[in-house]
Amino acid sequence: MASWGEASESRLIGKRIPRLSGKDKVTGKAKYTFDINRPGMLYGRILRSEVARANVVGLDLNDAEAMPGVRAVLPLIEVGRQIRYQGQEIAAVAAETDDIAKDAIRRIRVDLEELPHVVTEEDAMRENAPQIRDDWAGNQSEPNVREEGDINAGFEQAAVEVEATYHTPVQTHVCLETHGHVAEWENDENLIVWASTQGVFGVRNDLAGRFNLPANQVRVITEHMGGGFGSKFGPGVEGRTAVELARLTGRPVKLMLTRKAEHLVAGNRPSMTQHVRAAATSDGRIIAYDMKGYGTGGISSGAGFQAPYVYHVPNRRAERRNVAVNVGNQRAMRAPGHPQGAFAMDSLMDELAEKLGMNPLEFRRINDPSEIRQAQYTLGAQEIGWHRRNSVPGSGTGVKKRGMGVGSGQWGGGGGGGTQARVTINSDGTVEAVTGTQDIGTGIRTAIAIIVAEELGLNPTDIMVKVGDSGPGLPSGGSGGSQTTASVAPVIKTAAAAAKQKLFQRVAPQLQAPVEDLRVGNRTIYVVSDRTKTIKWELATGQLGMESISEGGEWDRELRQGGVAGTQFAEVEVDTETGAISVIKIVAVQDCGLAINRLTTESQINGGVIMGLGQALLEERFMDAVTGRMLNANLEDYKVPGTFEIPEIKSIVFDTHRKVTGVGEPPCIPTLGAIANAVYNAIGVRIRELPITPDKILTALAEKKA
Amino acid sequence: MEKFSYVNATSLEQVTTLLDDSRWGEVMLIAGGTDLLGELKEYIETPKTLVNLKTLPGMDGIKVDDAAGLTIGALTTITDIAKHPAIRHHYAVLAEAAGSIATPQIRNVGTLGGNLCQRPRCWYYRDEATSCLKKGGDICFAVDGLSKYHAILGGDPVYIVHPSDLAPALIALGASVKIVGPEGEKTMSLEDFFTLPAANPFRENVLQPNEIVVEVQVPPAKPNTKSFYLKAREKGAPDFALASVAAVFEMNEKTCVSASIVLGGVAPAPWRSKEAEATLTGKMIDDTVSKQAGADAVKDAQPLNDNAYKVTLTQNLVSRAAMMATS
Ligand code: SF4
Repeated sequence: MASWGEASESRLIGKRIPRLSGKDKVTGKAKYTFDINRPGMLYGRILRSEVARANVVGLDLNDAEAMPGVRAVLPLIEVGRQIRYQGQEIAAVAAETDDIAKDAIRRIRVDLEELPHVVTEEDAMRENAPQIRDDWAGNQSEPNVREEGDINAGFEQAAVEVEATYHTPVQTHVCLETHGHVAEWENDENLIVWASTQGVFGVRNDLAGRFNLPANQVRVITEHMGGGFGSKFGPGVEGRTAVELARLTGRPVKLMLTRKAEHLVAGNRPSMTQHVRAAATSDGRIIAYDMKGYGTGGISSGAGFQAPYVYHVPNRRAERRNVAVNVGNQRAMRAPGHPQGAFAMDSLMDELAEKLGMNPLEFRRINDPSEIRQAQYTLGAQEIGWHRRNSVPGSGTGVKKRGMGVGSGQWGGGGGGGTQARVTINSDGTVEAVTGTQDIGTGIRTAIAIIVAEELGLNPTDIMVKVGDSGPGLPSGGSGGSQTTASVAPVIKTAAAAAKQKLFQRVAPQLQAPVEDLRVGNRTIYVVSDRTKTIKWELATGQLGMESISEGGEWDRELRQGGVAGTQFAEVEVDTETGAISVIKIVAVQDCGLAINRLTTESQINGGVIMGLGQALLEERFMDAVTGRMLNANLEDYKVPGTFEIPEIKSIVFDTHRKVTGVGEPPCIPTLGAIANAVYNAIGVRIRELPITPDKILTALAEKKA
Repeated sequence: MEKFSYVNATSLEQVTTLLDDSRWGEVMLIAGGTDLLGELKEYIETPKTLVNLKTLPGMDGIKVDDAAGLTIGALTTITDIAKHPAIRHHYAVLAEAAGSIATPQIRNVGTLGGNLCQRPRCWYYRDEATSCLKKGGDICFAVDGLSKYHAILGGDPVYIVHPSDLAPALIALGASVKIVGPEGEKTMSLEDFFTLPAANPFRENVLQPNEIVVEVQVPPAKPNTKSFYLKAREKGAPDFALASVAAVFEMNEKTCVSASIVLGGVAPAPWRSKEAEATLTGKMIDDTVSKQAGADAVKDAQPLNDNAYKVTLTQNLVSRAAMMATS
């Protein structure tokens, strides 16, 4: 049975190994899509609607076309169609310079007949609200109802009950590199596209389909990528537009989204509002849970969230609806539905515990079915110093009050089949590992090098890893669902093992030993039963001559596993006079099976915590009901964590089994509840709406006083 | 941005001649550009000519003189103000305010003159597609719209907040500003330089289209003076103030001989709180007095839908500043 072996046998796997591309990234040598410049390249820009809802009654491209330096103007909406959100594409331009392109889109004349819009959930659900979707009555989907057990019987056994409404607003992805592509045609037949994407093969297949090309005539390259978080799978309108503009002009075209467009149309995490009534027995078991909630994913659906979450609730009912608004669509965002659900559930847990007079951690121990998290609670509590926590919330003295809280999360991340890879040993001793996955900042490039180097007795820097290119025709799935490592690692491992096997077969006769007796380490192949019999790596590979060894691999299910658990503890300090919240420390205890690279795993956890912190304390999309426009489609008023907001983060990779599981998404989940509960513990007033900003703290403290 | 011609300034006369007869926004001045470039890129301003002030000789620099006090040229960078040893020592409120602005990159190029003359951050103002009262439209969208970052004092009919951090600090220090126009030079108190929307909803100060701010003067620091700049914001940096307080106290032990309290981030102009000053002056500052001063500072506040928290916040900042004077 295939295995990763014991920890004691691993030279590299599970150790802390610096990211291979780190130096290139900090020196600016690494080329992102934004950095790609091709000879003769044009610049693309898209004119977008500033109106949230309107009929297009006229479109005149003549003035833009007549501008010097403009090479193509492309309509993206037909007269007679309806604009359904701000930012929707109207037409695109390709021009000699970006400045000309910017000026040119302003010369496009579009006649709009404005229609009444709704851009907030509140407005959408109002009686007599304008109907913005023909298929949904009252701008709401049919409720999705899930029921288990008997909630009425549950509530009858209750000792305590809590009824509360929790809300999280829409959050946008804020990828530091905006969505975009550079498209270039060779003789109308071959298309090459540099894409800022999480899925090079997905983009390839989409574009091949749309432009009627055989898939092998489309090459998509993503060498380095500046963040996707779930929003960068297909080419999107902007990618297809770049390709079409390049086709029309016969020139390469670069088209990157503006920061504003990024907020408006490149996806978002749906909002959540849930009204929940829940009960627990006197011995601390949650016994009943009844939730009605909704969220908006823009004009589309997709606003689901987890409710209840993580903890065992025998009798439960959950009713969810989607609310449509005239705003750009949601896209998957790091652990879709989980952080919102976790914030509500972990807040509710603390509210129930308090009514029972129980320590919230003890209450979790009773209700959490995960054995892993039970152990994580112990570790995390020690690390944060849970005993220092206020036993009476808000009881700290002074203006600045400290508090602690805990939150939990879970995820899958077991990967899937379909990845093809090739590990090649060349006669000069160099080694290549090639596969069509992409490194979206997670460190898969380094993980691949580690796995191959471990198998071949080399160092990670000895391995030339080629990812992010569909050219070699070795497909791999999109990097989403925390699936990349668990999808790719087993294939790489088996490919490397097969290549090693081939090399062993080659040298076994010389070493006068059976292949099974051969091992490799320290750039030397040796016989395990007689260590005097050795051959240097370069001597062995030198015999390959023109025939290098090149082997594929298998997605061996035994090498990966799905399902992770995590918990986080937060300590915060709240200035009760200014409402300012500073997070002092986050302890993140996260299981992910076998961490191929402990260093980049810790980085993933750090990043997740920072993103969770942003959602807990800063991020919110503001929509203006009257104008129908987003008021903070920038990075001034859409606030993301900066260096001042980032606390001490103790990322603990919690070892469980030795199979590979993804960890990209889970660490952003428990942060929200941990921080919200810590704020409550500090000031004794609960904020049930994220983000927890100074205005909310001050208002809540004033209400408490009154 | 729209096309414009670009002129390197060589003398103040040349600048005022270029500005002469122009209407607002036709000929504009640029120094650090940290505010103006944003407006140009968002098409909020579309000038025909930009006059680069960085080429003007002798308009930057900090002079400290025991008798004359502090003189700061309009082209002095915010970094230079924040780091200047004498300012840090004698005019702490100004150094603190300067250090709190934006990011190091912005402080390195942003100038004193630009900081005083910067335009509102209001999210309706900064949206090209929204034509609000300040831009010649019919209504102030903040009144019925989203007003979390808007004014609680002096708003009517336009509820922007003045975004400058240097202005409250300088006003609290009793600064005056030197302005050059076609008729020559004039000096006025910085407090009077700023105006409220009731007087002129379109501009934030009395500067005419053909005038330029050239210098700020601050009287000599009095002995036994303590000064502070307290700035509340949602993010460490870069972020504008939700509310700020520039406070200058002349103390005799725990007794306040004189106080100067100027609020930022809560009104369309830096807001001098004569009420809080009166409460503190001549008093022994303790918890009760400082709380009273805070309450008096906001007693005329009229919050909009989303910004009532600013009343509490401002009140608390004023009380905190007063208590700091006693320690
Ligand atoms: S506060 Fe001023 S700038 Fe903002 S919407 Fe009102 S009038 Fe316009």
